[in-house]
Amino acid sequence: MQPFEAQPGDARATALRADEAEVDRQMQICNACRYCEGFCAVFPAMTRRLEFGKADIHYLANLCHHCGACLHACQYAPPHEFAVNIPRAMARVRVQTYSDYAWPAALGSLYRHAGLATALASAAALTLFLVLMLMTTGGLWHAPLAGNFYAIFPHRTLALTFGAAFGFAALALAIGVTRFWRAVAPADALRAAPGAALAQATHDALRLKYLDGGHGKGCNESDDRFTLARRRFHHLTFYGFMLCLAATCVATLYHYALRLPAPYPLGSLPVLLGTAGGIGLVVGPAGLLWLNLRRDPAHGDVAQQPLERGFIALLLLVSVSGLALLAWRESGAMGLLLSIHLAAVLALFLTLPYGKFAHGVYRSAALLKWAIERREPGNPRLAED
Amino acid sequence: MKHDVLVIGGGNAALCAALMAREAGASVLLLEAAPRAWRGGNSAHTRNLRCMHDAPQDVLVEAYPEEEFWQDLLKVTSGVTDERLARIAIRASSICRGWMRRHGVNFQPPLSGTLHLARTNAFFMGGGKALVNAYYRSAEDLGVRIRYDAPVDSLELDDGRFVAARIGAERIEARACVVAAGGFESNRAWLREAWGEVNGEWPADNFLIRGTRFNQGVLLRQLIGAGADAVGDPAQAHMVAIDARAPLYDGGICTRVDCVSLGIVLNRNAERFYDEGEDFWPKRYAIWGRLVARQPGQIGYSIIDSKAVGRFMPPVFPGVKAKTLGELARGLGLDEAAMLRTVADFNAACRAGSFDHAVLDDCRTEGLTPPKTHWARPIDTAPYYGYALRPGVTFTYLGLKVDERAAVHFGGKPSRNLFAAGEVMAGNILGKGYTAGVGMSIGTAFGRIAGSAAALVAAPRARQASPHAAV
Repeated sequence: MQPFEAQPGDARATALRADEAEVDRQMQICNACRYCEGFCAVFPAMTRRLEFGKADIHYLANLCHHCGACLHACQYAPPHEFAVNIPRAMARVRVQTYSDYAWPAALGSLYRHAGLATALASAAALTLFLVLMLMTTGGLWHAPLAGNFYAIFPHRTLALTFGAAFGFAALALAIGVTRFWRAVAPADALRAAPGAALAQATHDALRLKYLDGGHGKGCNESDDRFTLARRRFHHLTFYGFMLCLAATCVATLYHYALRLPAPYPLGSLPVLLGTAGGIGLVVGPAGLLWLNLRRDPAHGDVAQQPLERGFIALLLLVSVSGLALLAWRESGAMGLLLSIHLAAVLALFLTLPYGKFAHGVYRSAALLKWAIERREPGNPRLAED
Repeated sequence: MKHDVLVIGGGNAALCAALMAREAGASVLLLEAAPRAWRGGNSAHTRNLRCMHDAPQDVLVEAYPEEEFWQDLLKVTSGVTDERLARIAIRASSICRGWMRRHGVNFQPPLSGTLHLARTNAFFMGGGKALVNAYYRSAEDLGVRIRYDAPVDSLELDDGRFVAARIGAERIEARACVVAAGGFESNRAWLREAWGEVNGEWPADNFLIRGTRFNQGVLLRQLIGAGADAVGDPAQAHMVAIDARAPLYDGGICTRVDCVSLGIVLNRNAERFYDEGEDFWPKRYAIWGRLVARQPGQIGYSIIDSKAVGRFMPPVFPGVKAKTLGELARGLGLDEAAMLRTVADFNAACRAGSFDHAVLDDCRTEGLTPPKTHWARPIDTAPYYGYALRPGVTFTYLGLKVDERAAVHFGGKPSRNLFAAGEVMAGNILGKGYTAGVGMSIGTAFGRIAGSAAALVAAPRARQASPHAAV
């Protein structure tokens, strides 16, 4: 049988690995049933295909938002012998996507040891900043410095360290997602993409459209009840993160363009943005962690819990240490708090391309492909009779 | 503790009855024979509700007036129906969806491949299991007591009046009872007995059951034995030709094979036996179960060539694929020479026309018995595909006679406190035949009626007290 549309970078010839073959097996069942079409984009995208090659499988896996609705609604879910569990099957392939397309390739295996990687990165970063601090202050406590961070870590050192770490993370993710895009989408897909498709993908990603369940009541957590909790906590997390990033950007502008060095007063724009973002980054990840701990064990892949929880824990460490730093920046504990906060941020940046953060990048790409694909004619031959 | 209303069954009709009785203020115990993971009976495999409507309604386009619905029902049942009860179900289908939504059911426009139902059927988002889940959540929230793994063995009756239900040594009393425990299609011994022996074979031994394994018909048999009035023929069942590799139970929707009208269908002797192109597939799929059931060994083989690929809903199991017809015959275990002869005869009889699967086209055979009257194109383009087919039983028609209050009848007299809803009484309206979504219309309408009637009998004063007494 032929697929409805030719897939460039065609990976069909390549043998499927076990987790990919499992998605293929389950998609054949889903495609003959289709009851879940209303929940999200995965199933309408599935119906445009008759076969599921490697590229289709990775595309669909990353389009899946892991909401759990299709598992609870599935007449073929375990204990049925067909044992359909799309959220779990897709989750397992997603880790494979992240590993396969990671740059540099050698670091791809970090996804499978995410807990360890996060811990090591945090410990190394913390050691680095504590040593640097001890070299300046001679101890963990110091005389109050009126919130002047640069008295401990020179601005140039910080800008270089974090600029390099963030730049590397952005580059690694960009290369990874570009490789992914080349594998799943036609060569000219992006150039030929209508503006409406780009707008829709952006909208769907920023609104987390596919965590609304298709009916607006949300997704599933501990049982078949729908809740908007994950969507809301994720919004707090994401927009909190973006506000923190904005605070840093504004502060950088102040520093270089306005020659206005930190510390900034409480009512200043960088502090206001950072505080709002920090609160979002406390409430959001705390909520996500709470949901993650209570989630129906059938939903996910237990092996990925360190990946998910490690990332959430690191975000919490960043936000809590950041807010603590703001509260006690004029005390003798500033150096210690600053070291912890900077270490958390550095560990976060270093692990961005090899941890849970990657899901947002690959999912956005999958959403863009879906936004483009759904505007193309579907299978013209499947008679609607 | 004695409950006001006991509901026996755990599918759509049972849940509708339990919810209505509870909303009317009655205390309700629901007994589901299945464990929690398998709850919901055949309702978990459904996907839509056939709805009357006089104007476009949210997910439903245009209009589907009462008279048209009734005519459709009359046509599919060949008149084996009860007009009064049928019209009750039809009218109820136009007003029940607000109530369903309040209990958490979500509707959506038709699924891909089902646009022909956009006017007549409202689809459940996520299918029937999502509906069942929603009803159970709502029932729990409202305080309906639910027991799983609770298959009732028998009812204790006193002159047509319900007294108690028995599960093993346990005796459960209630003031009124709704039996909504499905048909008997999962009971293979009963199917065997109903279909009997034909030409030295027991056809029912080769049937697969598309739905739940828990519809054993225990109470149906006991009640008929105890003098309850029955409707329907035990040998009548809704049957579809499904993939022979489907599981014995719960294969559901995905095991159907939708390429019959695009190719030819052979029996065990590699002979054709019916016009594959008689009419559009949605109008014909339900006769093929019975057609295959009448063939030797109760098996058929749907054969297509690569021209058909992509024109039908993808099947759940891959077909036997072959580069030549001989290889296909060997792969399917058919006599090679016989199959080549049948295909050659068919190919030679095909008259050239303009193929169009969306209309009753002019591609037909000439001088062939049986003919293929539409979409007949030579089977000549490799690769070839073959799918073995078995009869798949969806549900049985034998049921309990009821009136407009859903009361079970004994010797023509309605029981005071025993009611029936869903598949166990659908035969009153659907004596034979089927049309998509009508089983859920009947189950919803009579489940709600039975629940209200049971509550009224059991706790007549509670009705005014209930804040939920809803239409």
